[in-house]
This record gives sequence, structure tokens and C-alpha cells, in this order.
Amino acid sequence: MTQVRDHTAPRRRGRVPAALLVPAGLGLLFLVLPLAGLVIRAPWTTLPQRLTEPGALTALRLSVQTATLATVLCLLLGVPLAWMLARVEFPGRRLVRALVTVPLVLPPVVGGVALLLVFGRRGLLGGWLDATFGITLPFTTAGVVLAESFVAMPFLVIAVEGALRAADHRYEEAAATLGASRWTTFTHVTLPLVAPGLAAGAVLCWARALGEFGATITFAGNYPGRTQTMPLAVYLALETDLESAIVLSLVLLVVSVGILVALRDRWMTSA
Amino acid sequence: MSGRATRTVVAVLVAALTVTGCGAGDDRASGGAGDGRVTGAVTVFAAASLTESFTRIGKDFEAANPGSTVTLNFAGSSALANQINQGAPADVFASAAPANMTTVTEAGNADGAPNVFARNQLVIAVPRGNPRQVTGLADLSRPGVKVALCANQVPCGAAARTALDSAGVALTPVTLEQDVKGALAKVKLGEVDAALVYRTDARAAHADVTGVEFPESARAVNDYPILALKDAPNPTGARAFVAYVRSTPAQAVLAEAGFQTP
Repeated sequence: MTQVRDHTAPRRRGRVPAALLVPAGLGLLFLVLPLAGLVIRAPWTTLPQRLTEPGALTALRLSVQTATLATVLCLLLGVPLAWMLARVEFPGRRLVRALVTVPLVLPPVVGGVALLLVFGRRGLLGGWLDATFGITLPFTTAGVVLAESFVAMPFLVIAVEGALRAADHRYEEAAATLGASRWTTFTHVTLPLVAPGLAAGAVLCWARALGEFGATITFAGNYPGRTQTMPLAVYLALETDLESAIVLSLVLLVVSVGILVALRDRWMTSA
Repeated sequence: MSGRATRTVVAVLVAALTVTGCGAGDDRASGGAGDGRVTGAVTVFAAASLTESFTRIGKDFEAANPGSTVTLNFAGSSALANQINQGAPADVFASAAPANMTTVTEAGNADGAPNVFARNQLVIAVPRGNPRQVTGLADLSRPGVKVALCANQVPCGAAARTALDSAGVALTPVTLEQDVKGALAKVKLGEVDAALVYRTDARAAHADVTGVEFPESARAVNDYPILALKDAPNPTGARAFVAYVRSTPAQAVLAEAGFQTP
């Protein structure tokens, strides 16, 4: 953990070279200007009444809930997967690592169709789930969580795997020589060791899940209160009312930035 | 870009006429815009439901006007209207609903008044063979029948709402899709038992989908207006394309796709 601090602390003082400062500034402008555009075009006078519209709050609540559940699911499945990739030698590991990143390059809409082909009513598993347990996932809130997890999990796996590879193996080896089982080592040594990377991955995963659109509307559809998350509400508002879409986007932005800053202060610097 | 190209063509034409007295050298110049013929690129922004028919009409237009190329941009009508009002370099706008056309005319971006060139009606799209034996809107409210509608914000959703209200049918869809192709895809994939889509969309997907006609759709007919845009980079091409869409051959293509023609 001290290593992490060393990386972030400014070690060398002196002038920042212009060759780095100028592109850095341009990069920042490029990212921030569109946000400034949203803020400038926001209809500030009608903002309060637009914000308290029940539809907006319902979509926001659903977004935060599903993104959080998706992050939990990604942690439960993704951390062990990252550990396997970083710590266990097995044949085809490189292929598995490549497969894990597929949702990153797949257009989310295609991801949604792929989910339907597996978990849909006529899907490979969906038909069986329905016949055996009476579970149908498309058009349900659980379906939203599944779609968001599919798209967001690679962010978590990659972040955690990177943290595991960077972590010092000797602590784990010491635990093993002292007689700790692999499970005990994982829970008592490895996980605390990579906690900052884990937190960063979880935050990235949550943020990606919060903004998810394509896979969600394709797999879970769009119905207010059940599957209409904030990005879906924004997209539909764009059809009729640009200002309403801007307000909804700003709300999503403020809430997500607020949560991310709060988490960062709490976990990522003190961990 | 194409505006500049047109000007270049005109400049070459003028130069050629001045120097040689006749257009002996340059093919494009001799067939140029001076005599009212259409050359260069014509950029058409058209509603997603026109994809199949306008692709064909665009090719026919190119064949009828050698030297012209038609570039088609298909998307939801409201997205297209937004792009046009934000300054997208389009020559022609064909909308699936008058409301989105009004957005463009009210912003002062129209060259003349819009003309209705086609009408579309809703049908009930069911999986091919109609396994749930849906014969009318009332069947959609049966328990266990999953229905996809378009969201109220898009034209096919508004039309569906009107049709259902006039039939006195109350139903809870499982999803409100962002456009008509989304609703149709849910039927194709077998995730829903029925969806209200345009007759043209059901016809284009006839390999997977059967369209069931119902009488109340006559009360929710969608008009498709078209116009040339004021800031068109190729104004001659824009007007010619609008006129072509209303000509007999183009209207036949639209009718074949399932549109009603005015």
C-alpha cells in the first residue's frame, strides 16, 4: 500500500515540460468541454420541476440499484476469475483472458442480442430456466442487472488482475510457508493486498453499469419502473424534448460524480 | 464539400465554354448543372422505416440522372430533425411523422412547404405462422400474451396508443421500444408474442414475421412528409430528388414496400 502512495506522490519537482503540459491540457479540455456544453444548455429556470417529475426519480433509483447489484455480481464472479488469470497456470489462459475482454469490444446492442440467444425465451438456457424454475429474465429488473454485469465485468477483471500481477508475491509465499491454505492466503493476504485495485475496479465497473444502454434496452427492454434505467430515459426524452434529456443527463452526472468522489475519499486514499 | 464540388463543376463549365466555345473536353462539364440536369452528390436524410424503399429509389434516381450520386442517412425521424437543425449538411429530409418535419420548418431550415409522399399503417406483427392465433387487438390483452410496443415518444408508439384507445383495448406491454425496428426484433427473436409495427416493417421481415391487419389502424395513419432543405449543398439535386420521390416509378416502389401512396 505504501507503494501505491509512492506512485501518486510527486517525486520530482521542477518545470513541467510543455511537450507534456500542452497535450495534457488539450486532453482535459476535450473531456470536459462536452460536459460544459450540457451545463450551459441546461434549462436552469425549469430545472426544479423537471427534477421532481416522478419518472425521472424512478429511473434514477432503478439505475443506482441495478448498477450496485451488477457490481456485487461482478465482484462475486469477477474477482475469482481475475485471481485464476493472475495466479493459476492453466492451458489456454491467454485465450481465456482474450475472451474476458470480448464484451469491451462487442457493440453493447450485439451483447444484448447474444444474451437473448442464451437467456431468452427460446435461448439455450432460457427455455430450460423457464420450464424448470419458471424464471424468465428478459423484460425484468434481474435482466437489467444481467445486461449491465455482462458489459461491466471486464473492467473489474482487468483492474483486479492488473493489481494482482503488480502485488508482491512474497507475502503470499510467506503465508504459504507458514502453513496457510490457498483459500486462507487469498482471503487474509491477497485480498487486503490488492484492496485499492479492487476498489478502483469496482468503481469503474459500477460507473460502466450505470451508463449502460445498448445491452439493457436489447435484453431487458424498456418499461418505466421495471427496466427503464436513466440512460434509456435520456434516450427517449431526446426523441421529444432535448432540454428534458439534458436535465436527466445532468442528474445522472451529478449523482455518479458525487458517489465516485465520496467512495474515492473513503476507500481509495485511506485503504 | 459537395457545394464546393458543384461550384467547381460550374467554374469548369464556364471556363470551357469561354475558351473553346463548346464543351469538347470535360465530360462532367458538358453534362453540367447549367441546363438543369442533376449532377454531384445528393444527401438524403430519411426515416428508418424508409430504409428498403429509399435505397431502391436512390439507385433508380442515380440511373435516371447520370453523374449524380445519392447518399442516404437513415435514422429515427426525431434524431434526423435534430441533426438538421444542428447544421448537418443534408439536401433532403423525409420524415416518418409531420411533427418532426415541423421541428425543421419552424427552425427555418425548409426550402418550401413539405409534401406528403406516403402513408403508413400499423399491423400486428406475430411470429411467422401466428402460433398464438392473434386476429385483432383484443387478442393482445389476453393473459400470457407478451406484447412489445414502441415508446409513446416515437411515431409508431403514438400511433399504437391511438389505435388501442380507439379500440378500447387496455394492455400492459412488456417493453416500450425506442423504435419500430426494436419492437420488430423482439418478435423475430421470439421474446414477445406480438408487436404493433408498420405494415412496411412487417412486410420487409416476412421471412420471420406475419403481419395481421386490424381495422382500428385506419384511425392511426402516419403521414410521411418530404422537403428540400434551405441550406442544401446541392439545391438543384435536392429539388430533383423530392420531385422524383413523388413520380410514378418511385411511388410504385413505395406501394410495393407496403406504403399507401397519396
